[in-house]
Amino acid sequence: MVTSPRGRIVSYVVRYGILIVVAIVLVFPFIYMLSTSFKSRSFVLDFPPTLIPSDPTLNNYTTALGTENFFRYFVNSAAVAVVSTVLIVLLSSMMAYAFVRFRFPGRRLLLGLVIVGLTIPSMMLIIPQFLLARDLHLLNSLPGLVPFYVGTAIAFNTFLLSGFFETIPVELDEAMLIDGAGAWRRYWNLALPLSRPALATCAIFAFLGSWDEFVWALTVLNDTDSRTLPIAIALFQGQHSTSWGLVFAASIVAVVPVLLLYVIFQRYFVAGITSGALKS
Amino acid sequence: MSTQTIPSAVTPTLVARRRRGSNLPAGTRLRSMIAPYLFIFPGFVLYGLIMLYPTVQTVLLSFRDWQIAPGADSPWIGFDNYARAFADPVFLNSLVNAVVYTGVTVPLQIIIGLFLAVLLNSKLPGRVVFRVLFYLPVVTSWVVVSLLFRYIFSSDGGVANWFGHDVLHILTGDVAWFQGRWTALVAICALGVWKGVGWAMLIFLAALTGVPTELHEAAAIDGAGAFKRFWYVSLPMIRSSMAVVVILLIIGGFNVFISVLLMTGGGPGEETQVPLTYMYQQAFKFLDFGYGSSISFILTAIVLVISALQYWWTRRLARKAEN
Repeated sequence: MVTSPRGRIVSYVVRYGILIVVAIVLVFPFIYMLSTSFKSRSFVLDFPPTLIPSDPTLNNYTTALGTENFFRYFVNSAAVAVVSTVLIVLLSSMMAYAFVRFRFPGRRLLLGLVIVGLTIPSMMLIIPQFLLARDLHLLNSLPGLVPFYVGTAIAFNTFLLSGFFETIPVELDEAMLIDGAGAWRRYWNLALPLSRPALATCAIFAFLGSWDEFVWALTVLNDTDSRTLPIAIALFQGQHSTSWGLVFAASIVAVVPVLLLYVIFQRYFVAGITSGALKS
Repeated sequence: MSTQTIPSAVTPTLVARRRRGSNLPAGTRLRSMIAPYLFIFPGFVLYGLIMLYPTVQTVLLSFRDWQIAPGADSPWIGFDNYARAFADPVFLNSLVNAVVYTGVTVPLQIIIGLFLAVLLNSKLPGRVVFRVLFYLPVVTSWVVVSLLFRYIFSSDGGVANWFGHDVLHILTGDVAWFQGRWTALVAICALGVWKGVGWAMLIFLAALTGVPTELHEAAAIDGAGAFKRFWYVSLPMIRSSMAVVVILLIIGGFNVFISVLLMTGGGPGEETQVPLTYMYQQAFKFLDFGYGSSISFILTAIVLVISALQYWWTRRLARKAEN
């Protein structure tokens, strides 16, 4: 662009200035949460608020993970999220493969029904889903969360993976077919290994969806021991409304795995979000 | 989308039948015919059970006076639940709150998100760091950020109050944010915007990256300033992304739930109820599943109508642009 060096410097300064201010506004609540999680109870509602705790303590973390049982909730959440993720990726990729690689009677109908699922807001279904869980004796059961997490995630992931499978050349399938490979081998040994980035994207979103899921777990789980992290945190805050240090220590425990996943697999996030939104 | 683009390329199964035809053993041919159904079966059964069946059930439930006890008779009452909803001041109020929330948060997220995307769409050293930071609120769970904002806006010792009167000097005393409808909505909307701008930014950034730089250079040579280049070059080229963002944000706005549930619980009184918190209260506190279902269905219908209107409007704009 045709600008003087001085104009360019000014433009850089202005742009960085704005970006830094916005970054501070967006990140500040996290810093504040982190700082509060290291404050002992008596300093939490200090006025004026302090960003650096005057007397930092790890008590909130030890109390949350120990006496308040959050370690157990962490394990509960992790178990449900891992099992759901594996099933979501497996079942969605199988469906996507069949839709992309086969022409069969009823294909359009089934595909149409899957696309319907993309447009249904999941909250709309919570009442009949609750009745269904009751009839299937899945209320108040931690493993009982899994079929619901998988069932609600299948449509989106099938859709995402179909788009990717379509980019794999059919000739590769044909070559394997001539060698006598059946459908399962072509799916397992060809389509899946070639789709690792897309599968990673799906797995990350599936994991986060289950890890953070709140409303369904809140609705069906009663038993204290089978709580997942999000409901444990929310209910804990409801019972101890001023123990913010403890609430945020528990929150940090829930948020850190997500942030690690996000920072490490950043590019998969970007791919998933943009392709998901732009295709729909 | 995959429905429209069934590729004309010959699929493997067809190739197999044509090339090797009758040489195929009968068992193999049968297997390749049922293979797709076997692939689809487990996932689709689960999907049908968890998503499709409840969709139909929501509609049916909304026409009943549902009795929660198993085996109890739940009489059909036609449109009574719907009539009740439209005469229910709390429900109507919850719709107004959802409209206010959507009306405030959607434009702000779009304007700020677009502004940030434009700033980041250049060879600025460190832009990835900013992109990662701006997106942090989006990946954090609604539960955690709702509690966090409740703390920030708490009336004793909250940072929002301190910032308002000790730094900006626009507040004269401590505001009890969650004790009034409009102040509570300010906090709820602040959270909505804070959590959503990163998402809007990311979509716009992806769209802006697709705008050829040659167009900008040409416009610059013609003497167009930065704003004119954005308005006349970039904006028309990201129109389809804009439409998607608007639709998805409006849907999200009407479906606001967890933040309201955890920040105000619909209070004080019922003043900050939104449709989903009210539905949830009717269903799982008062066990009125029929009435709750009718609220769910009304909300879904509103969202579908808005999306359809929006879709029709963008199509018309696109056609106008072509002519």
